[in-house]
Amino acid sequence: MEKKLYDKLVVNHKPKEKRGQNAFIAFVVGGLMGVIGQLLVEFYSYYLGLSSSDASVFMIITLIFFASLFTALGFFDKWVKFARCGLIIPITGFAHSMTSAAIEYKREGFVTGLGANMFKLAGTVILYGVVSAYIFGFIRLIIMGGA
Amino acid sequence: MIYIYSFLFAGVVSLIAQLILDNTKLTPGHITSMFVIIGSALDIFNIYDLIVAHVGAGALVPITSFGHLLIHGGLVRASEVGFIGLAMGVFDLTASGITSAIFFAFIFSLFFKPKD
Repeated sequence: MEKKLYDKLVVNHKPKEKRGQNAFIAFVVGGLMGVIGQLLVEFYSYYLGLSSSDASVFMIITLIFFASLFTALGFFDKWVKFARCGLIIPITGFAHSMTSAAIEYKREGFVTGLGANMFKLAGTVILYGVVSAYIFGFIRLIIMGGA
Repeated sequence: MIYIYSFLFAGVVSLIAQLILDNTKLTPGHITSMFVIIGSALDIFNIYDLIVAHVGAGALVPITSFGHLLIHGGLVRASEVGFIGLAMGVFDLTASGITSAIFFAFIFSLFFKPKD
């Protein structure tokens, strides 16, 4: 009986996640990041006369720069809390995780703190990216015999 | 038109990630790793290249493009020098992003303190 009551209380007091609203915000914010990326690519290729592949490198660096800067200034965390995957999935999430880890662990020293912890979140992305690129690259080379 | 495609693609990728985050116990770390693997898997048969050609930068902004760029750099190099090219070229295209992320994170951490 008490167990039942307890379960009921837990269900009542669990914070209700607004899943539909979260998903909608993530969709809109993520989409806007894509549009900003496209705007930047066209801006760089038009005003600096870069090829589209060079312009996309500039675009990625620009997004990383502003994500790092806003994280360091302190208000990007609030944005990430609001938009969740809308800002985590674009490349801004990568920069955000690195900068916030770097600032967070700086107090523990530059080598044992900052250096050792900076890749805590970004490291998994690089690790699984490289491993999968290697494996899938081999598969592709075996199947198609060269790129 | 390419802006609409960019919006839709980047939005849908974020939407899928948000649905996974809300409905399972996976953390953002799991989801970003998963998406990187998906992006690199989609490049086995050049599917991601097709998406980039049609969607533009909307396909380059989500983290899936990170996996795509990793395998793409490896394959480009492998077409020149054979299998060893995979090891030589994996970071070719993502080097700019990783380098600048490390650099900016370090520089900003020198000047700013944690807020809370």
